[in-house]
Amino acid sequence: MVKMPKKERALGMYKDMYLIRQYEEAIYYLFLEGIMPGTIHQSHGQEACAVGMIYDLRKEDYILTTHRPAGHDLAKGVSLRSMMCEMFGKAEGCCKGKGGAMHTGDISVGAITANAIVGGNLPIAAGVALRCKMLKTDNVAVCFFGDGASNEGAFHEALNAAAVWKLPVVYVCENNLYSATTSIKMTTAVENVAADRGSAYGIPSEVVDGNDVLAVNEAAKKAIKRARDGKGPTILELKTYRIGGHSRNDACGYRPKEEEAEWFSRDPVTTFRNRLLAEGVASEEELQEVEGAILAEIDEEIEYAKNAPEPQPEDALTDVYWEGGIA
Amino acid sequence: MAELSIADALKQAIREEMRRDEAVFCLGEDVDIEGGMGGAFTVTKGLAEEFGNERILNTPIAEILIGGVCVGAGITGMRPVADLQYGDFLFCMMDQLVNQAAKMCYMSGGTVHVPMVLRAPCGATNRGAQHAQSLESYFTHIPGLKVICPSTPYDAKGMLKQAIRDDNPVLVFEHKLLYGGSRKEKDAMKVAGEVPETDYTVEFGKAAVRREGTDVTIVANLLMSYRAQEAAVELEKEGISCEVIDPRSLVPFDYETVEQSVKKTGKLCIVHEDTYNNGWGAQVASHFAEHNIFDLDAPIKVVAAYDTPTPFAAPMENYVIPSTKRIIETVRELAKF
Repeated sequence: MVKMPKKERALGMYKDMYLIRQYEEAIYYLFLEGIMPGTIHQSHGQEACAVGMIYDLRKEDYILTTHRPAGHDLAKGVSLRSMMCEMFGKAEGCCKGKGGAMHTGDISVGAITANAIVGGNLPIAAGVALRCKMLKTDNVAVCFFGDGASNEGAFHEALNAAAVWKLPVVYVCENNLYSATTSIKMTTAVENVAADRGSAYGIPSEVVDGNDVLAVNEAAKKAIKRARDGKGPTILELKTYRIGGHSRNDACGYRPKEEEAEWFSRDPVTTFRNRLLAEGVASEEELQEVEGAILAEIDEEIEYAKNAPEPQPEDALTDVYWEGGIA
Repeated sequence: MAELSIADALKQAIREEMRRDEAVFCLGEDVDIEGGMGGAFTVTKGLAEEFGNERILNTPIAEILIGGVCVGAGITGMRPVADLQYGDFLFCMMDQLVNQAAKMCYMSGGTVHVPMVLRAPCGATNRGAQHAQSLESYFTHIPGLKVICPSTPYDAKGMLKQAIRDDNPVLVFEHKLLYGGSRKEKDAMKVAGEVPETDYTVEFGKAAVRREGTDVTIVANLLMSYRAQEAAVELEKEGISCEVIDPRSLVPFDYETVEQSVKKTGKLCIVHEDTYNNGWGAQVASHFAEHNIFDLDAPIKVVAAYDTPTPFAAPMENYVIPSTKRIIETVRELAKF
């Protein structure tokens, strides 16, 4: 078990995880109530992956995320308001209502527009990392993908080049065991879909408990340092589990109940909360205070987003080509 | 002013832009290997000597990677210029091009933009069906991409420089028979021309009138712009005066220049090497049917490759790709109205 960090750091991680959990829960209920438009691919259950990986990144480092981007984006510092407004399709959304749930991000904090083509972000991450290297910065790219992406051709092309060019990138597979509704065992012969393939590219890899934020963070620190030091890419495979379905209206009929019960008993947010209490890092009252503040903030931003102005229909015609402005 | 081939004009454009802006770099398969060809058609040969292999980056044979690297480097401030070797290989990177490069600016609400240039050699040259296609039309259908097709050394340099400075993804279609590089192509045309050594760019969306005329307007790009001019010379002898317009860029397209010509001639013939069905000529024809039907006194004609994959054997290839003769026959019919 990884040693508990100092209070400020530990609580910081807990706050980030709790924010993601409550954000996703709120979105889920808004969706069930018929208030939230579009589709949703939620990240609750995978909070430790996002927070453990991103906690020590700089603003100038980049993340590349997927169709399940909320946890990563919030952890990297995309504003809650701009995320919520985007979910409601409002003009103040982080993509002005043009992206939606699968394309959130904010490049000004290093969160690149989320990518909803499975595996599509892996070669893009190579390009981002190449840029960091060419400009002689020591910034890095962290690229998240799911187990399903490991069977895309883009995975192979990106990892091979990242290795041969020693790119400053960390490839992070969040293996939640299901590619949409298909068990990864049905489509992949190796046990660890990303990590077992690292040796084929000459990339060091590690399998990590993705529900343990401190374990993830420990592995992240090593991989990020390796990238910053110019030693090349690392593959981290984080074993984790979705709380919800693949997307809206997915009741997870394909997942055995015993499997769900086993994973839910190791819920990353609850587990970490219990450790904070057990090890005397924070009191119940302190945690409740932190949680109350986050819940209030989410409620406030939901109300704000609900009442925020819609985009004008003809706004659809702008941004097809870049028209200048934010560089 | 030096007389340059298109291949050398493109090289000069890249060299000048790389000197001007450190964000510009080249990548692709075999872009500059010692003893290699410099892409497939010599354009990037020798550039590593000046810029090193960090900025003249030889890649694995991995088009998804090349596309992705362009997108990733582009959105974070670089200006990648990729060489595809053969335009046909663009299909291997369609996701990166169509779902990523073309949509990133829009999906992000304009907070991200993707400067990147893809150089795609095109045209049938006795290489069979997978190294032969004229692919411009596919990409004109995708909002977010720009599509250009320079056919002279002057335009090649000026438009490639413009493409590198553009903040959006630009596809540059270069015809294999027009390069005139050190790699000899059977049936290649000699198109060397004056290219200023000064810094200049050629704006997109401005067609070039290659020959003035009064009876029939012919719109033709790349190799076909030369065949159309040859046809015009022959037709002149029969008393048919043709105006030949080279659009130079397909997205944006200069409808205005064509419209002025059509108002004068009343007859429009579009010629491209791409296949007939839904080729860019169909879009141009549709535009003029929609907007200028009363300026026309004859049907609009599209001369295009027949709807087959490109055959290998010369008699068949020459039959499928529009010949000067086919253009002459079509325009002759048109002139009878």
